[in-house]
Amino acid sequence: MIEIVDLCRSFNGQRVLDGLSLSIPPGEITVIIGKSGAGKSVLLKHIAGLLTPDRGRILIQGVDLTRARGRERLELKKRIGVLFQGGALFDSLTVFDNVAFPLREKTRLPEAEIRRRVRQRLEQVNLTPEVDDKYPDELSGGMKKRVALARALIQEPEILLFDEPVTGLDPPMTNAVFHLIEKTHRETGYTGVVVSHDIPAIFRIAQRVAMLHDGRIIAAGTPEEIQAHPDPVVQGFIRGEPDFHES
Amino acid sequence: MLTAVQRVGRFSLDYTQRVGRFTLFVFSALALALLPPYRPRRVLAETYFIGFSSLLIIGLTAAFTGMVLGLQGYYTLRKFGAESALGSAVALSLIRELGPVLTALMVSGRAGSAITAEIGIMRITEQLDALDTMAVHPVQYVVSPKMVAGLISVPLLTAIFDVVGIMGGYVVGVGLLGVSSGAYFSGMIQSVVNLDVKGGVVKSLVFGLIVTGVACYNGYFTERGAEGVSRATTHTVVTSAVLVLAWDYILTSFFM
Repeated sequence: MIEIVDLCRSFNGQRVLDGLSLSIPPGEITVIIGKSGAGKSVLLKHIAGLLTPDRGRILIQGVDLTRARGRERLELKKRIGVLFQGGALFDSLTVFDNVAFPLREKTRLPEAEIRRRVRQRLEQVNLTPEVDDKYPDELSGGMKKRVALARALIQEPEILLFDEPVTGLDPPMTNAVFHLIEKTHRETGYTGVVVSHDIPAIFRIAQRVAMLHDGRIIAAGTPEEIQAHPDPVVQGFIRGEPDFHES
Repeated sequence: MLTAVQRVGRFSLDYTQRVGRFTLFVFSALALALLPPYRPRRVLAETYFIGFSSLLIIGLTAAFTGMVLGLQGYYTLRKFGAESALGSAVALSLIRELGPVLTALMVSGRAGSAITAEIGIMRITEQLDALDTMAVHPVQYVVSPKMVAGLISVPLLTAIFDVVGIMGGYVVGVGLLGVSSGAYFSGMIQSVVNLDVKGGVVKSLVFGLIVTGVACYNGYFTERGAEGVSRATTHTVVTSAVLVLAWDYILTSFFM
């Protein structure tokens, strides 16, 4: 369970998160929607521990990530994986070495076991051994996302954060990535937090949806509840009404 | 009037804050290098990049610097009938001053800008954030090996610069202008004392720290995409050059 309480964060005097509170249930995929620039990625970076809030708490199974230091913080971080918008693959390493990186850095597993686990994860995201020796700049956008997903999964995190996982991908690749998220979630049972504005595709993978607007969560519930939500801002966003984006 | 005072105040505060942040960054990177996990392979790779790959440019710069010193020194010393002191003049100029300074400036131009670009691109493509989320300290993994490599490479390159420069002076002074070979070396042996060498070593260590520290700092705090990386690399070369020359004056005043 992730409990976000009264989170506030400003950049250059502009308040991006304004007393945001949200409960993310364990073992489910929660999708956070909202217009561009609403602060979805900022929220995700707070949950990942990459940003520190001005005020508020982020409780991960009761431990406050914003106050955790040293070993406690390190242990919390080990439980969280992140799939970044652009993949964030290390461009000096091959696909194989990228996926093996967390195991080589954080474990003392023998190389044979690392090779076995890496291949297993790459197969899980439908990548054949031919890509193992390629470098990230030799891959398509969709392949980069899949390698990044394999790398995020290799540490078997309890929580997996996805920052705009399908931005910039064509519709078939968008479907493929969403299918992989569904599949890996079914197989490993992680708690997923997906930031996206890809309506209506996200309703396919979401078990819960939360809408971020003006620095707060204005609606949260099941996909059906969100689609039937009476708030005109929520309805405007779901229908893609242009005046909403211009406001 | 108040606005001008406010501006000066804001600039001073901002500058002090930046200097403080830079100092903390450099010392935390060095402190993290002392903590496990140790990464000797990364240090070796960075030493190869900063040190070995700079050998050619350092060798060329040193040779021509030594040759120019030979020519200029001979021209000046001949006026006083002291051509035999050419070896001393070339060696002291190189060991005390030109060796450490020119090596630092060349390393900054060749490796410093590349370090900034590399770390800056890692920043804007979220690779540094990715390290953080894997519970790998980005400063310890990316910055510390480069700082250690800088501290190893710059003094060694400076020593090579000094030797090649002295030989450059020899070629011109002895080979072309007819100064006695014995006088060239014996004058050098008599005039160069331990303090001169110590001063050169201390300078090269401080300059190594400045060059790699500035490069890593500018890369690490790069903002605003490709334009930010371009600005950061320019900033690295300019700031390193100014800091090296300023610290050269400060250190020289200690080793007079």
